[in-house]
Amino acid sequence: MNRQTQKRLLGVAALVIAAAIWQIIAEYVVGRSFILPSVTDVASAFVTLLESGTLVADIVVSLEHFGIGLLLDPIIEILRPIPPLAWIPFAIIWFGLTTQAAGFVIFVGAFFPILTATYTAFRSVPKVFVEAGKVLGCDTSFELIRYVALPAAIPAIASGIRIAMGVGWMCLVAAEMFGVSRSGLGYQLWHNYYLHQMPNVVVYMLILGLAGLIIDRIFRNYVDGQLLRWHAGEVA
Amino acid sequence: MSGVTIRDLGKAFPKEDSTVTQALEGVNLEIGDTEFICLVGPSGCGKTTLLRIIAGLETATTGSVTVDGRAVIGPDPKRGMVFQEYSLFPWRRVIDNVAFGLEMKGIAKEERRRTADRYIEMVGLSQFRDAYPYELSGGMRQRVAIARALANDPDVLLMDEPFGALDAQTRNRMQKELLSLWEQTKKTIVFVTHSVDEAVYLANRIVVLSPRPGSVQEVIAIPWPHPRDRTSAEFAEVRRRVLRMIDETENSQ
Repeated sequence: MNRQTQKRLLGVAALVIAAAIWQIIAEYVVGRSFILPSVTDVASAFVTLLESGTLVADIVVSLEHFGIGLLLDPIIEILRPIPPLAWIPFAIIWFGLTTQAAGFVIFVGAFFPILTATYTAFRSVPKVFVEAGKVLGCDTSFELIRYVALPAAIPAIASGIRIAMGVGWMCLVAAEMFGVSRSGLGYQLWHNYYLHQMPNVVVYMLILGLAGLIIDRIFRNYVDGQLLRWHAGEVA
Repeated sequence: MSGVTIRDLGKAFPKEDSTVTQALEGVNLEIGDTEFICLVGPSGCGKTTLLRIIAGLETATTGSVTVDGRAVIGPDPKRGMVFQEYSLFPWRRVIDNVAFGLEMKGIAKEERRRTADRYIEMVGLSQFRDAYPYELSGGMRQRVAIARALANDPDVLLMDEPFGALDAQTRNRMQKELLSLWEQTKKTIVFVTHSVDEAVYLANRIVVLSPRPGSVQEVIAIPWPHPRDRTSAEFAEVRRRVLRMIDETENSQ
């Protein structure tokens, strides 16, 4: 058995174990399929839907629940609460004191707000839009996503990106403070604190605030102006 | 020819405790070409479910629906639908909302815009062709939704309480406009409403459904020509009859 198949088997085993735990919890701990359907409940529901024939479009929903919702979700749920700054030691070990290390910390900080926003955005696409898409001739899930779900989700995704940019900016400063790089606004701020040059510290604080504000405004103007003309008049 | 044949139709929704709610049972209905049918009945009788099955958005548990001899197996642009809630895509201008179905068919931009313009004109919104849905009133939005469904040139137009959210005045005007659209396009229309007044005003035939599990209780033909006078004695008489029918079935349960 080569390494590749071993890896694959390990992956399969992990899934089987996860499913077993899920089944046991659902069946013996919770015991009510209304609160937590067991693996077998879900599987039989899947077969019923498959037979009903309208599955083409339902697959979008099924993939979401089955794929993202139930398999990826636990992993994300474990990683998500880890503060991005807690990744700084590994950022330094993996990337050294480089730009990439700072970039990595920012990526970790921005990734989850965007992911969560995107997931929620797709889940909260009004059902009537999807149904309207279906009766108007979207007959593949790709078409439904491309022409209905994605445009409907864009405002919420954009606001997730905005939040992510705020977090990213925070991470940037902190990463620099912790010595991920030898220059930059955050590094200088901390450096000047060591030198007890408090007026300089305030200068860097104000510049950081101003730069963050400008980035946020540019993004917001771009989004409001370009993507979301249709969203005007709604609360946001 | 665009008749709808509903045969022995039943629909059961599974419930939490693994029993089922029988929403519809043994529905038989023959809808003729270019006919205007209104479905009425006590709330919860499954009239919307029946419409959604015809649209292909729900699947029947038993029985069948055929349109023009072809069985309904899923949603199809040949069966246009106008929803009760606002279903216009807010990210598309009026013109692109109406052209949506044509875009999905792969029709070239020039041509689909020309077709869409024609239908926008038909519902009297030419000056709003480039507006976004949020700029329109409720009545206008539903007119665009009707134009959007018609642009696909469907065999049947299905309408699920399309004027339910409108104020009384707008509603009356929309009913008049719908009748004129119906006369122009000669579509078969199946219209769900909880307003008996609306049904008597619009329909060739009113189909009264019984309470859950819904089935056809009575079919009342209304042979009068349009426009109808809501204040006439015969109008009031039919309205009273239908209302009494709904009341009785509701109380007998």
